Amino acid sequence: MELATDILISFFLVLAGIFGLVGSFGLVKLKDTMQRLHAPTKATTLGVGGVLIASMLYFLLVKGSLSFHELLITLFLFLTAPISAHFIAKTFVQARIKESDLPPTGREYGWSIHDDPPLVDDDRKPDE
Amino acid sequence: MMKRVFPHPLLSLALLLVWLGLVNKVTPGNVVLGAILGIAVPFVTGPYWPGRPMIGRPLRVVEYIFVVLWDIVVANFQVAAIILFKPEKNIRSAWVTVPIELTSPEAITVLAGTITMTPGTVSTMLSADSSAILVHCLHADDPEAVRDQIKRRYEWRLKEIFQ
Repeated sequence: MELATDILISFFLVLAGIFGLVGSFGLVKLKDTMQRLHAPTKATTLGVGGVLIASMLYFLLVKGSLSFHELLITLFLFLTAPISAHFIAKTFVQARIKESDLPPTGREYGWSIHDDPPLVDDDRKPDE
Repeated sequence: MMKRVFPHPLLSLALLLVWLGLVNKVTPGNVVLGAILGIAVPFVTGPYWPGRPMIGRPLRVVEYIFVVLWDIVVANFQVAAIILFKPEKNIRSAWVTVPIELTSPEAITVLAGTITMTPGTVSTMLSADSSAILVHCLHADDPEAVRDQIKRRYEWRLKEIFQ
């Protein structure tokens, strides 16, 4: 039983390590900023996730207590990773990509860094 | 009156749960402290978040979470395979424009976050009237398929959740 627990926890740790390594390798291999952005936003999610699952299993099976910290780390990771990726991507597009290189929006207005938003009253005012 | 004190009941509940998770122990004292935070934080930050998103279908939220989690796991393997085994010159990145029908800012935020977390796509920018989203694909043989997948897997679910 103890051996099975150890194997299970090690499996997740090793899986996490492999994905973390692949994500970092992606940073070296891929050739431009937008491509490199894909490596840390995805390959490392499972890397961190694996460590967290291993940690939860360890506390649950070995220490016999339920730990919620891992769930919170996952939650915060899912909140912050897309936002920082979005910041980097948008800054990169603004600084390095010409407007003509982007596909058209297919709508009335252009992309937000090239065009002003329509002037409308925000109808979702706070309740009086 | 109730709406002034509790501008975002769901945020209050989430803050309470996050607080209990942080202290990792459920005691009456912690619940009270968490409840105080759950009331104080939305009250203070309320003016910066004027809207009141409604969650129409709670079960759809659970379904959405599992769909996204599954896609994240799949995405990890796909991206890892591309990084490890695809020669650099064969990686064809593409910009894709995804027209969106969602209107609430919260729904668009969730959609953009989901796109970034899932298979080989990063959401980059919205159009000025937030009716289209610019997505960068790491490797896309068929950009149309990427667009359709986003609309088919995520957007209609979000539309049901946030309407």
